[in-house]
Amino acid sequence: MTLTRADVEKVALLGRLLLSEEEITAMTSQLGRVLGYVEQLGELKTDNVAPMAHALEMHNVFREDALKASLPRSEALANAPKRDEECYRVPAVLGE
Amino acid sequence: MSIHSRTAADVLRDLAARKVSSVELTKAYLDQIAAHDGKIKAFLHVDPDRALAQAKAIDDRRGRGEVVGKLGGLPVAIKDVICTKGQRTTCGSKILENFVPPYDATVVEKLKAADAVLIGKTNMDEFAMGGSTENSAYFKTRNPWDIERVPGGSSGGAAACLAASMAPLSIGTDTGGSIRQPAAFCGVTGLKPTYGRVSRYGLVAFASSLDQIGPLGATAEDCALLLEVLAGHDPRDSTSANVPVPNYLATVNQPLKGLKLGLVKEFFVAGLDREIESAVREAVKVYEQLGATVHELSMPHSKYGIAVYYIIAPSEASSNLARYDGAHYGYRTDEKAMLAELAEDEERLRAAGNAKGLADFDTPLIRMYRKTRAEGFGPEVKRRIMLGTYTLSAGYYDAYYVKALKVRRLIRGDYDAAFQKVDFIVGPTTPSPPFKIGEKSGDPLAMYLEDLYTVTTNLAGIGGISIPCGQTKSGLPIGLQMQCRPFDEERLLQAAAMFQRETDWHSRRPALS
Repeated sequence: MTLTRADVEKVALLGRLLLSEEEITAMTSQLGRVLGYVEQLGELKTDNVAPMAHALEMHNVFREDALKASLPRSEALANAPKRDEECYRVPAVLGE
Repeated sequence: MSIHSRTAADVLRDLAARKVSSVELTKAYLDQIAAHDGKIKAFLHVDPDRALAQAKAIDDRRGRGEVVGKLGGLPVAIKDVICTKGQRTTCGSKILENFVPPYDATVVEKLKAADAVLIGKTNMDEFAMGGSTENSAYFKTRNPWDIERVPGGSSGGAAACLAASMAPLSIGTDTGGSIRQPAAFCGVTGLKPTYGRVSRYGLVAFASSLDQIGPLGATAEDCALLLEVLAGHDPRDSTSANVPVPNYLATVNQPLKGLKLGLVKEFFVAGLDREIESAVREAVKVYEQLGATVHELSMPHSKYGIAVYYIIAPSEASSNLARYDGAHYGYRTDEKAMLAELAEDEERLRAAGNAKGLADFDTPLIRMYRKTRAEGFGPEVKRRIMLGTYTLSAGYYDAYYVKALKVRRLIRGDYDAAFQKVDFIVGPTTPSPPFKIGEKSGDPLAMYLEDLYTVTTNLAGIGGISIPCGQTKSGLPIGLQMQCRPFDEERLLQAAAMFQRETDWHSRRPALS
């Protein structure tokens, strides 16, 4: 399959990236080549193979439901690019 | 004192015998950094005062006759993808340029408890994506054996600082070969432990099902010393395995009898550098002289490793890196400029009567995310986010991501079958010697293909080590890779040490001008 500029622009939005015209051109060809390469997996019949998402297939790892100290708010906020005493600050989410 | 080409285990014996103090030792390494890191550029941050204060505190405790930890005042360099409380952790990225973690990674807590001196944070490919350290947003690290060449990556700084005698021990991370490949390129020993052996708490995530922290050192013995400190179950990482940690250092110098080594025929094909192939075959002969038997194996799915890896790793990365949103921590785009640009874009669409464009138009928050990430991430990180977002997106998820997960199981099956017959799989770590800076940076796929021999270890979740086993005619290091059954690092290190008692490749160091 071939990758189009429109595909790349759509994926950039999904991935929350903003690409320049040059980046879109470069990505379209570079990603197209990588996707062309990975298509070799189609040679393999895998109908009866279970997907392996993890090397250690553990499930439901629980801990005791005991209260523990958590990061103080001031420390959690300390690296925020914009904040007030209590919250992260971001541009308006809803239109004016 | 001379620190050149001394192993960490040797230096530790001197520290314990009080032939040298931790302050003297730390100063010697800091002097080496001051003299040579301007050229090699292995370190992103070095804090001499902090390191010396730590060293002095350890010396004082030793002087008072108190018990000191297993690392007893040895300096350790840490890859800058591992969180250090109160000390910047950038992941080689602009987006985390000013990020100061509010907590220590579990491995950092363990290092401190073992009385390591944290000498500095090492350079890396941005978010550990790359095999050359050329993708660092800050600067390129040079290979100490030839400064026109790359040190490998992504743990390029971690390996280069050892080769240049700027630290006796170093911590790296390995998602597809990022400890083993730079270890091979720089002529040092590097171990990727079994998935789950070492806690990932506080390791900034790239591909969570593949990432693993591990030691780099001059020798298998040095790696044993460091792994013993790093390994172990951690309730804060639900993927860390609750299995006992052997006393690696106590057994590392005990030879193994009746070793069965596997040579995978698919690894010795066109594309493998001739000098590397002959060095690896010579290394196998060394083992045969030590009584090992060699068995040819086929791993028919190994050739799909790169394709599987470059679906799974970017898929996981695209999800993990969603956290860099300009809101919680890290870089944020200039909001005023961003809002002005947004207004201009909207005006342009209105003037052109582009109704669809206006309907899909970014809100200020979405544009803030997009602009922040466009400015904060480098090209390789963007490529992988794009690739992973695509392979996880509706309509492609089954064809790419699920398909890759299925082939991943087939690759693991090849290993399980192989380890029924042999103890370790031996082969080259890399298909070619260290390449020139810039040689492959224009061609992402060519760069990905370099990971041929290392990615399947991570996909299967097993252990692997790279040890120096020769040099090219032009004097560049060659690495031998050995892979082991899950949680068999103890014997893997013993096997590596057997080779190092017979050869001296691991003790060679480059002449630094």
